[in-house]
Amino acid sequence: MKILVCVSKAPDTTSKIAFKDGNTKFEDNGVQWIINPYDEWYSLVRAIELKEKEPATIIHLVTVGTADAEPIIRKALALGGDEAIRVNTDNSDSYYTAAQIAEVAKQGAYDLVFTGKETIDYNGSSVGAMVAELMDIPYISLATKFDVAGTVATVSREIEGGEEVAEVPLPLVVSCQKGVAEQRIPNMRGIMAARTKPLKVVEPATVETLTSVSSYELPPAKAGVKLVAADNVAELVRLLHEEAKAF
Amino acid sequence: MSVLIFVDQSEGHIKKSSFEVLSYGAKLAEQIGATAEAVALGTINDEQLSALGKYGVKKVHHINNEILNHVDAQVYAKAIADTATNTGATVIVISHNQTGKAIAGRVSARLKAGLVAGAIALPETSNGFTVKKTVFSGKAYANITITSPIKIISLNPNSFHVIEGEGIAEVIAVTAAIDTPKVKVTAVNKISGEVPLTEADIVVSGGRGLKGPENWGIILDLAKVLGAATACSRPVGDAHWRPHHEHVGQTGIQIAPNLYIAVGISGAIQHLAGVNRSKVIVVINKDPEAPFFKAADYGIVGDAFDILPQMTAEIKKLKGIA
Ligand SMILES: Cc1cc2nc3c(=O)[nH]c(=O)nc-3n(C[C@H](O)[C@H](O)[C@H](O)COP(=O)(O)OP(=O)(O)OC[C@H]3O[C@@H](n4cnc5c(N)ncnc54)[C@H](O)[C@@H]3O)c2cc1C
Ligand SMILES: Nc1ncnc2c1ncn2[C@@H]1O[C@H](COP(=O)(O)O)[C@@H](O)[C@H]1O
Repeated sequence: MKILVCVSKAPDTTSKIAFKDGNTKFEDNGVQWIINPYDEWYSLVRAIELKEKEPATIIHLVTVGTADAEPIIRKALALGGDEAIRVNTDNSDSYYTAAQIAEVAKQGAYDLVFTGKETIDYNGSSVGAMVAELMDIPYISLATKFDVAGTVATVSREIEGGEEVAEVPLPLVVSCQKGVAEQRIPNMRGIMAARTKPLKVVEPATVETLTSVSSYELPPAKAGVKLVAADNVAELVRLLHEEAKAF
Repeated sequence: MSVLIFVDQSEGHIKKSSFEVLSYGAKLAEQIGATAEAVALGTINDEQLSALGKYGVKKVHHINNEILNHVDAQVYAKAIADTATNTGATVIVISHNQTGKAIAGRVSARLKAGLVAGAIALPETSNGFTVKKTVFSGKAYANITITSPIKIISLNPNSFHVIEGEGIAEVIAVTAAIDTPKVKVTAVNKISGEVPLTEADIVVSGGRGLKGPENWGIILDLAKVLGAATACSRPVGDAHWRPHHEHVGQTGIQIAPNLYIAVGISGAIQHLAGVNRSKVIVVINKDPEAPFFKAADYGIVGDAFDILPQMTAEIKKLKGIA
């Protein structure tokens, strides 16, 4: 079995969010980059678990990004995976990114393509669906469980108000979230091994973009909390009802 | 020229998020001088569909095929994209709920139509087509310009008010070839009797400050009088004090209710990432230094075990519940 794990780079969750160049670019000065948590904790770890069960499994990682994504790819390789592919471009359009991943996926003839539920910076939750459509294969969104037996995958996925269990023939694209696996910490052996694992750089395919970021903005600052004394709960309830009209 | 709105239904029941996208799509159609039309898939009765006219849609294209009673991303995307093509839609509006997350990207790639996922406001159309969406898990917004001829917007739940007026929509039965899904659904486990968290107007949420699962009664009581859904912080879910599907935050569910009441939750940045789009945030915490107060609109510094029963009693009084 061959698995392609999509890995993207994201600012650490505690990063200060600020913008530069007239609010058109993310201020990355001093930002600590991490592997997008959904990609690392759930999809990559599940791929590694599948390889532990079936050692003949091959795991490739793919990231669409410039050279500054390499440290996080090495970190992902330290967790597991056999080799990585970086598509050398910094475009941020989801369709453009998905088309690059689909290109890599088609060439590698993978049985499974794993993505995270969403990127924590763009929050699109859409790249996986796009890859699946471009490859004309099934897509399982928001998976909470994932297993494979032979050429059929058994999955659970989040639907509105509950969960759905299904069987899907390979190949397919899956977006992974909590439940699929448990976070792991890379060990020294993994870190050493990652240094010599192949990291291939390929140039992007010619693809049109469909969207572009015009500007960013920060939400208006909260007016500040209105504190009510602990012995005056009735006042809080009145404020919520009459002032905030919250119920 | 038309705006095509996807109506999400389950077991013949139209979801609240659909009324939001219908209202949004109708407003958008008015803004750009187009007609608002809808597409509904699967078994659902015509009266419910024609009644969607009151949200401003003129026509509802209905593919009444049993296969469509389960959301299969591949089959749905084709049905919606084909309807868009056949009706000459230039904008497609979908809710950014679980269904939307399964299909919007597929429709986008199929039609080569730019997608803004997680929009929170009507687009700016005076010069191009620019849509505001949340980014950085609610910590900022981006204005995204769609440059393709067809545009897709998936709208964050609870970010646009439902607008109800008068009107009856024409229901058009569409016959379309529907492929057999490759995904075979073997079980559906609905959490019954509860308000789904992502659809809830009010959410009451508990953290580690409640000390243990046996103390959740005060949360449930408050939720009950408010008709609210319940949620929890991640450590609470991890410790199995509450079911994991209640865990909100960056790694859990992201919600944007009108009212979020956080009880005994410190307000870590990863928790806030899941709830900071709530309209009104109330924090009950015994520590005046709890970071959550910085993100709150109202708060009480005090002991939850004291405050909550009083809150429940006061709300009962106000609502005239014995
Ligand atoms: C990468 C990452 C992702 C994460 N994702 C999430 C996520 O999705 N969701 C999430 O929630 N967390 C997440 N976390 C964990 C997060 O950082 C916090 O640890 C967690 O939210 C704390 O939960 P808590 O507020 O319930 O507990 P605590 O931090 O222990 O806070 C308990 C609070 O209760 C108050 N309290 C105690 N007793 C009382 C009382 N009697 N009455 C009133 N108040 C009382 C205390 O003053 C305190 O503020 C994540 C962490 C990391 C590193
Ligand atoms: N630049 C990228 N390189 C590799 N994978 C990506 C990239 N962007 C997004 N993905 C994958 O697609 C998932 C969903 O991304 P998004 O649609 O942006 O929320 C992420 O969790 C990643 O697995």
